[in-house]
Amino acid sequence: MEFKTFVFYVLAAMLLFSALRVITAKNPVHAVLFLVLAFFSAASLWMLLQAEFLAIVLIMVYVGAVMVLFLFVVMMLDIDVERLRHRFWSYLPLGAMVGLLIAVQMALVLSGKYFSAEALPGHSMPADYSNIKELARLLFTEYVYPFELASVILLVGLIAAVMLTLRGRKDSKYQKPAEQVAVKRNDRVRMVSMASVVDEPSVDSAATAPEKREGQ
Amino acid sequence: MEAQFLQFFQSLLGAQWPLVEPIWPLVWAILQIVSILAPVVAAVAYLPYFERKVIAYMHVRIGPNRVGPAGLLQPIADALKLLFKEVIIPTKASKGLYILGPIMGLAPALVAWAVIPFDTGLVMADIDAGVLYLLAISSLGVYGIIISGWASNSKYAFLGAMRATAQMVSYEISMGMALIVVLMVSNSLNLSAIVAGQGRGMFADMGLGFLSWNWLPLLPMFMVFLISGVAETNRAPFDVVEGESEIVAGHMVEYSGMAFALFFLAEYANMILISAAVSIFFLGGWLSPVGFLPDGIWWLIAKISVILFLFLWFRASFPRYRYDQIMRLGWKVFLPLCFLWIVVIGTWMLTPLSIWK
Amino acid sequence: MQAVINFVKSLFLLELFKGMALTGRYFFARKITVQYPDEKTPQGFRFRGLHALRRYPNGEERCISCKLCEAVCPALAITIEGTERTDANGQTSRRTSRYDIDLTKCIFCGFCEEACPVDAIVETHIFEYHGETRGDLLYTKQMLLANGDRYETEIAKNRALDAPYR
Repeated sequence: MEFKTFVFYVLAAMLLFSALRVITAKNPVHAVLFLVLAFFSAASLWMLLQAEFLAIVLIMVYVGAVMVLFLFVVMMLDIDVERLRHRFWSYLPLGAMVGLLIAVQMALVLSGKYFSAEALPGHSMPADYSNIKELARLLFTEYVYPFELASVILLVGLIAAVMLTLRGRKDSKYQKPAEQVAVKRNDRVRMVSMASVVDEPSVDSAATAPEKREGQ
Repeated sequence: MEAQFLQFFQSLLGAQWPLVEPIWPLVWAILQIVSILAPVVAAVAYLPYFERKVIAYMHVRIGPNRVGPAGLLQPIADALKLLFKEVIIPTKASKGLYILGPIMGLAPALVAWAVIPFDTGLVMADIDAGVLYLLAISSLGVYGIIISGWASNSKYAFLGAMRATAQMVSYEISMGMALIVVLMVSNSLNLSAIVAGQGRGMFADMGLGFLSWNWLPLLPMFMVFLISGVAETNRAPFDVVEGESEIVAGHMVEYSGMAFALFFLAEYANMILISAAVSIFFLGGWLSPVGFLPDGIWWLIAKISVILFLFLWFRASFPRYRYDQIMRLGWKVFLPLCFLWIVVIGTWMLTPLSIWK
Repeated sequence: MQAVINFVKSLFLLELFKGMALTGRYFFARKITVQYPDEKTPQGFRFRGLHALRRYPNGEERCISCKLCEAVCPALAITIEGTERTDANGQTSRRTSRYDIDLTKCIFCGFCEEACPVDAIVETHIFEYHGETRGDLLYTKQMLLANGDRYETEIAKNRALDAPYR
């Protein structure tokens, strides 16, 4: 067996194991961490296929950002595992059927003529060819409209998510750092110049002083 | 260079060479890794010492001076102390993850060195997606913090981990956006090519190379990247993650002994890595600042040292940011600035005045 | 107008550079650290350190077991038990049979020496002492008297220096 094949099988086994653990792990945080491992193994498999750009982007986007936020949410939620598992067996047949259906569909598509090795156009590339450059060239020439469209859809999703959660509550108090940062000394402190030595108050003024205070 | 080493080993081993030959790629890789990581780890060990010295000097103190001449053996004493301490695992901690946390913190900081070029051709993995690799690996560092924070089963640790996650994810975006401008002007994702690109230009031809490095035309991005780098490593003034006066030490609060030391090593290794990244992206890597001096790895080391000194200087100068102000800085100041500068530089590159041809 | 000035100031990080210039200047300032075990700062004669019980010149202990110090001690560090005994002159008098100071509780406020009517309990200038177990820091009457005997000259000198201000 070639070394590469060996590595492939190790990574594939890791991927399958971690994917299985994602749905069987009792603790949701462990499940998310196994999902991270699954992404990692998938990225390594792509690396093995010399698709280093895709592999690194998978790690950067999913492992580095999405899964961190996922973990963030899962850790903060108070998930009652027992309640989730309630009536697990009654839902199992339906779930299994959906899973089977997906497997059959994938088998039909992948074994067909569109995705088999013969169906893909053969490429012979020079030794110093960089697939990142090639990918960039394709993305920004041939597929520029789908690419831009995808980015606009993402932007719409982003803005929609912000708008859905942004409720301007009138009674909530919050700080405006921009204003706080811009504060100058004169906004907060008033300098009063006073004589350092004052005359001792006379008896008359001392007698009238309490009235003055009351008047204030 | 590999050929020279190959010859050296062949002559060294003589008759035993055929035994080593099949695993030569492995031996060569390990040699490379050791030769990169040994200096890095040594620097990581001595950086806390220099930090204590520099901050002490800025506080009009002397700093460590008791262990060895001028306190130079202090890091060794600290390491020994931490090594011999017990690693206490809290009863209700998630044991496996508790151990994994510090390891996940340190590993990315060391792994990222694989793509850092030290000189022309002096790089372990000269891959075309070097910048992407660097970003991807540096984004993994947050797992060490979040896992350890959760596994400790402590409120302080968890709060620290939450703060760290939000902060690091936010500032990664600013860093990535700042890098996009660098990629635009250097037209490559390869770190060696980015450095080489900074050696060309009007000023470089006049022998004033340091004026044609990226920091001058991309000055706002340089500042954004540097400050985001400070925030990304959770250093003062962005060290709310540790926040020793509020949440005692954040995710490290339950750790002791060598596990705690690993967090420390990770922090300083990340600092050195960020300094190296700043030097390569904006300060011309190993290029000499003036024409009459030769290029070389010593320039890179000098630049890394200067940036590291800046890190320490920041810590001695600035009070800690409030958390909402950190978020405001990242999302409302740096991100729009980056977007604006992408447009500005893009326009500049299309005009005849473009200096990146 | 002010908004524009503020914007320019924050954009160019002027205040941050000002702060860094300050710390940068102090980087080169003359260092004022006292190298403690080798160098020591001068001590005032009112320094409040380790406790001691004093004696009169004839060797008779001063303490009359009035328990004022025990009463005034805010940290409840002093425990006194009194007894009756015959002193050197053959007269019956009140003396302590037990005088303990728990130094782990003591806050070195000096109230005990202020309260003492006969200047028996005093705080000396000694601050470099240590205990290797908890019990080492529980000073008994014998230990306090020994302290007094040992440092009597210094104690007397400091008292004399302080006297004009009382």
